[in-house]
Amino acid sequence: MREHRRGMTWGVASILLAVLVAIFAVSFFLAPDASEGDESFAGTDSTVTAILEERGIEPWFTPIFEPGSGEIESGLFALQAALGAGLLGFALGNLHGRSASRREQAEPTPPASPGPMPAE
Amino acid sequence: MHIAEGFLPPLQCALWFAASTPFVIHGAREVIRKAKESPENKMLLAAAGAFTFVLSAIKLPSVTGSSSHPTGTGAGAILFGPPVMAFLGTVVLLFQALLLAHGGLTTLGANVFSMAIVGPWCGYAFYRLVRRVNGPAWLGIFLAMAVADLATYCTTSLQLALAFPDPVSGFAGAVTKFLGIFALTQIPLALAEGVLGILLFGFLGRVVPHELRRLGVLSSKNTGAEKEASHA
Repeated sequence: MREHRRGMTWGVASILLAVLVAIFAVSFFLAPDASEGDESFAGTDSTVTAILEERGIEPWFTPIFEPGSGEIESGLFALQAALGAGLLGFALGNLHGRSASRREQAEPTPPASPGPMPAE
Repeated sequence: MHIAEGFLPPLQCALWFAASTPFVIHGAREVIRKAKESPENKMLLAAAGAFTFVLSAIKLPSVTGSSSHPTGTGAGAILFGPPVMAFLGTVVLLFQALLLAHGGLTTLGANVFSMAIVGPWCGYAFYRLVRRVNGPAWLGIFLAMAVADLATYCTTSLQLALAFPDPVSGFAGAVTKFLGIFALTQIPLALAEGVLGILLFGFLGRVVPHELRRLGVLSSKNTGAEKEASHA
């Protein structure tokens, strides 16, 4: 009987993880050095905003709340990632638990199951 | 892909809001409908939303010497179709506009249109295309994730060029310039997101294979094989 593969194997997963790391490692090595006075790896969003400001475009509305500094902002970004990761972990863990308990429930049902039945 | 608060002219803000609203309302109804179907759906919807939430918070370096963030909207589009991502993506963008001063309330319509509507639909189109020609599932997932990411940034470039055509080279010049900033930087990130997508669905395939089959992500051919195996 052909073996049925469910999901991916650990080998494939680790290769893909290595590819993931390699993509960013290559980026670091190939990236041109930032020109004088510019931050290296500046965010594209802020780069575009800077270009628009240079062209004299003034925002006509300002954010209701602005994080006081770059430190506070990165903290809030970390909070966003943490909340997302927490929820993602909870959801995946919950699904994992559900499928595990379903398998457990499914196992004792075959009539040929060994061991004494408590009702008999 | 976040157009900063107040930078789009008011009329264009209104137009993007008008374009996005029906998608978001339809998406919200889809989310509710699918969540009611089963508790597993509820968890998978939460996972899809959370995935976008995490990925859009993380700015990653790129070969261009800039950094940018992935969008993660392809995963939900594969699982439940693109409409749900219109709603889930809006929640993410609203959080960032209100708490992080990233993006904005006035530009929310435009940002929703690029990240929560165009991205998921383009990614989903590529996913369906691969499935239609019986391509491997991993390729469909990879393309869906990568295209959803890249299409979002291309849309933002077009939106900005529409609002601010170059004084010399006009709309086309502005498109080239903004694509040069957004799309080029995004290429390695989109590829990385595609790889991450394969990992995510690989994990889901281990944990909830029958849910993936029910949602049509794992092919029914596998279902047949497994049924055979369980009967034997």
